[in-house]
Amino acid sequence: MSPPLLSIRDLRVSFPTRQGIFEAVRGVSFDLGRERLGVVGESGSGKSMTGRAILGLVRPPGRVTAERMQLDGQSILNLPERRMRKIRGSRISMVMQDPKFSLNPVMTVGAQIIEAYRLHAGGAKAEARRKALEMLQAVQIRDPERVMGAYPHQVSGGMGQRIMIAMMLAPDPQILIADEPTSALDVSVRTEVLNIMDRLVRDRGMGLIFISHDLNLVAQFCDRVLIMYAGRIVETLPAQDLHRARHPYTQGLLNSLPRLDAPVARLPVLHRQDSWRDDLPEGL
Amino acid sequence: MLNVENLDVWFGHDPDRVAAVTSAAFSVAPGESFGLVGESGSGKSTILRAIAGLIDSWSGRIEVAGKPVAGSRRDRAFYKTVQMVFQDPYASLHPRHSVDAVLSETLRLQGMGDIDRRITRLLDDVGLGRGFRFRYPHQLSGGQRQRVAIARALAAEPRLLLLDEPTSALDVSVQAEILNLLADLRAEHGLTYVMVSHDLAVIGHMCERLAVMQQGRILEIMSADALRRGAGDDPYTRRLIAASAGYSRA
Repeated sequence: MSPPLLSIRDLRVSFPTRQGIFEAVRGVSFDLGRERLGVVGESGSGKSMTGRAILGLVRPPGRVTAERMQLDGQSILNLPERRMRKIRGSRISMVMQDPKFSLNPVMTVGAQIIEAYRLHAGGAKAEARRKALEMLQAVQIRDPERVMGAYPHQVSGGMGQRIMIAMMLAPDPQILIADEPTSALDVSVRTEVLNIMDRLVRDRGMGLIFISHDLNLVAQFCDRVLIMYAGRIVETLPAQDLHRARHPYTQGLLNSLPRLDAPVARLPVLHRQDSWRDDLPEGL
Repeated sequence: MLNVENLDVWFGHDPDRVAAVTSAAFSVAPGESFGLVGESGSGKSTILRAIAGLIDSWSGRIEVAGKPVAGSRRDRAFYKTVQMVFQDPYASLHPRHSVDAVLSETLRLQGMGDIDRRITRLLDDVGLGRGFRFRYPHQLSGGQRQRVAIARALAAEPRLLLLDEPTSALDVSVQAEILNLLADLRAEHGLTYVMVSHDLAVIGHMCERLAVMQQGRILEIMSADALRRGAGDDPYTRRLIAASAGYSRA
């Protein structure tokens, strides 16, 4: 087996509050290879904070500590901002939830992609423009010349998200972190965006961290799933074995979803247990 | 309980007039739970807002409990019959009003007496308990806030509840609790629901019948059983059902 792209041991993110230190992430460990890794949990489980910590986006007074946080064997833990900026975007990229808030509303789509690309890869404007067109084609935008000249409000949500993906993938990163990339999209558009992401990740041999609250979607899309609760990983599963989940929290989450194929009179409700916060998961 | 005929809703004026809903028609029997599904911009929430009197640019006929309504004017009797619950409990509660203030204001507006006892009952009804009475929204979780919003809607003792994506801002475990609560309240109070959601499984769980909407039109009205079988007459319905089933690798 090839060494992991990303290796994380005992990652912790904490914030000082008036009531004392609050730990948002409490000892997360995993390795990411050239695979699609899903990170699932409810609000406050620390899934997004894990993604932000990897990218060095936790701002003071937030504190990130880890026994190990390595990208390709190199430590990226608490690098100075100047060095982190070289990694962020060019080696690890992030796609956020809502394209409406992540694209610059007063710049054309083309200008934004070109800017992002030149920031990381440098090179002439004409070269960057060619690359931008190529990326827009790669995310299956039919009329890339027209879209290059459009402003974000002139494109739909699904197209906006494809533009974000194009922008993030232009510098050929090794790792893509996607934080709820399809939650703001309609179901028919969702499939299309996922297909594009899947193909790009596979063709380029990238590692993907797919953060989502949607267990079933993650199980269908990813190779492996981490389930987070209260800042910790409570279970790790191969995606196709999700229905064989052993942790009561995972089972509870799955059961609480209404299903078209299995109608029930009453939905089972999740009874949270204190032990889920602190018991070590099996096999670790 | 609710009868909608030939409903057109539009926004703006000519030449920039946009048709949001075109010739919508459906009726909901007393005690029934009816769903409206469709993607963003299909007009499903707009229909609810036109019924509730939040939009005045509509034409056609809306009848609630046998009485036609007009424009965006609604009398007090209307709000004693119809109440609405909104999507985002973080936005629909006043941040500086306590639960007590929210409920007592509503009760007073409805001309109810015996406010103290009623507040206690409402809080019990939505499973919050008395301890929550003097809390402010920021001291409540999303699910608790939605319970307060439901209590506020119930304060008027309505017969018809308009539910606009009542659980889509909530975690799935909390969604299950709120859906169970809504089902219990409907059974206890004999309520009629019109529920809007983009989540077909939620509608299938909560409703007996539903209308599938696309671009402002009702494509078809079907039973929840037909929805479960994936048996839509319209190709769009079948596509929508297939896409909601999740992701299958191309």
